[in-house]
Amino acid sequence: MRELRDLQLPLNQTQKIRLRRALQQLQDLASKASSSASVTVADTIPVNHEDGVLKGHGTSELDGEVVATLCGVVERVNKLVYVRALRARYKPETGDIIVGRVTEVAQKRWRLEINFSQDAILMLSSMNLPDGIQRRRTAVDELNMRSIFEESDVICAEVRGFQHDGSLHLQARSQKYGKLERGQLLTVPPYLVKRRKQHFHHVEKFAVDLILGCNGFIWVGEHVEARDNMVEDQDNKSEQQNSKLNTRSLRLEEQESTYTPVETRQSICRIANAVRVLSSLGFSLNVEVIMGTVEQSISLNLDIHEMLGAEFCVQIAEREVERRSSLTKKRR
Amino acid sequence: MEYVSPEGLRLDGRRPMEMRQIRAEIGAVSNADGSAVFEMGNTKVIAAVYGPREVQNRSQQINDQALVRCEYSMANFSTGDRMRKPKGDRRSTEISLVIRQTMEACILTHLMPRSQIDIFVQVLQADGGTRSACINAATLALADAGIPMRDIVTSCSAGFLNSTPLLDLNYVEDSAGGPDVTVGILTKLDKVTLLQMDSKLPMDIFENVMQLAIEGCKAIANYIREVMLENTKELEYRRGI
Repeated sequence: MRELRDLQLPLNQTQKIRLRRALQQLQDLASKASSSASVTVADTIPVNHEDGVLKGHGTSELDGEVVATLCGVVERVNKLVYVRALRARYKPETGDIIVGRVTEVAQKRWRLEINFSQDAILMLSSMNLPDGIQRRRTAVDELNMRSIFEESDVICAEVRGFQHDGSLHLQARSQKYGKLERGQLLTVPPYLVKRRKQHFHHVEKFAVDLILGCNGFIWVGEHVEARDNMVEDQDNKSEQQNSKLNTRSLRLEEQESTYTPVETRQSICRIANAVRVLSSLGFSLNVEVIMGTVEQSISLNLDIHEMLGAEFCVQIAEREVERRSSLTKKRR
Repeated sequence: MEYVSPEGLRLDGRRPMEMRQIRAEIGAVSNADGSAVFEMGNTKVIAAVYGPREVQNRSQQINDQALVRCEYSMANFSTGDRMRKPKGDRRSTEISLVIRQTMEACILTHLMPRSQIDIFVQVLQADGGTRSACINAATLALADAGIPMRDIVTSCSAGFLNSTPLLDLNYVEDSAGGPDVTVGILTKLDKVTLLQMDSKLPMDIFENVMQLAIEGCKAIANYIREVMLENTKELEYRRGI
């Protein structure tokens, strides 16, 4: 059984039984709610050939039968039949909001690791310059690329689409995108993050930003006000250029602006641990569930490190059962 | 030496056509994209799959398909006396190659152009049939990583000792020096992707032995499929709506 592959928890006997019962209840709820068919590699998918079938992702044809090439769930949309894979790498779709890490600064572009089968490309021309002016990118801009993003920086961007040569391009044409600082990056399996209207969340209570990247990279960091301090930076920069780059004063300013209060750091860790617990249990992630987990840990008066313990994990599983059963009741 | 007793029992108490107990578990390595542990009796193998990911060595990049790499190694503690050099010797390079070719044949590489898939298999306990166990573990790990495959590849060995065909040889039977046939098949397509044999066999007996190994492969495939289906269902209900 695939119990808790990330957290190797020492569960005692009662906790084991409670967890098993909670998972059993989840299974019952899921089987009641839908009759989706799971398939494995090389299983035949029953289709009605008279209606005409369009074979989608994860399927192939063999002797006139539709056969799955992945393990997952069969989905049918009109004539289209496809297999939705569960544990797999991220599959980009245009407009997805993603979080990635810079692996390389190359000619006019950055390469980003985004948990896809290739690195994504963010062109210098497809992002807003710090000064916010629309103009052609000059050779000087190209030389100053490292002042915008360096290797191993964490960046938030949007998927622009596939180019003709099959490479994946990103864009960051808004103030909300850009470098992410002062926080934690978590990686979860991408199937746990659903595409929604809103992926940027500002948790006002803790002054924390939460970005649920579609690629399973989750950012928890200190709240940044509207992310338009870039313009200010530019003012500073132009002044500095006038004063021939007084780097030392910049360092001091940086230190001041990078100070994060202890409470904020603690709430970042708390939210991050909530995400860790949920993803190790394999529950889908959204803000409500994450914040509910955080609230519960606070109401139980748990320390941050205790959130990764066995007891809390079992409680979260039980909580999820309650939440889902109340959801299904409401529907009826 | 007597490998099959007059009562028709082998050294470890099995019947000639009996397989060892098999056990498989998906998700043993948390950092890998896909992973699995596969056991056949006392043989125990762990497999981890990374990818499809960006090609590490640009010069190896293939523009219309994925690059598949495989590394086979044996843990120092896997054999009776400790191994000095767990990988890189002639035997393990040969097995790495065999596994790579077998898996490459079933992965739909053209769907993942310009990327690479790494398969790492390590033998934790060696008791004969490591080659087959590695292939079975790799299949499970690839399925767990969500890599599209034509079919499930499974492998099993069979031998011929004391004029009886034996299924799934263990270490003692393997080192008897008799013929040892390792077969890998694509179960649904019913095609052979791997066939290796040590020493010689007459044609008619070879057919019997190979048929026996194929039966073994099919039994393993049924089990593997069950494990994968259970795992998929579990992931799905845990995720919820």
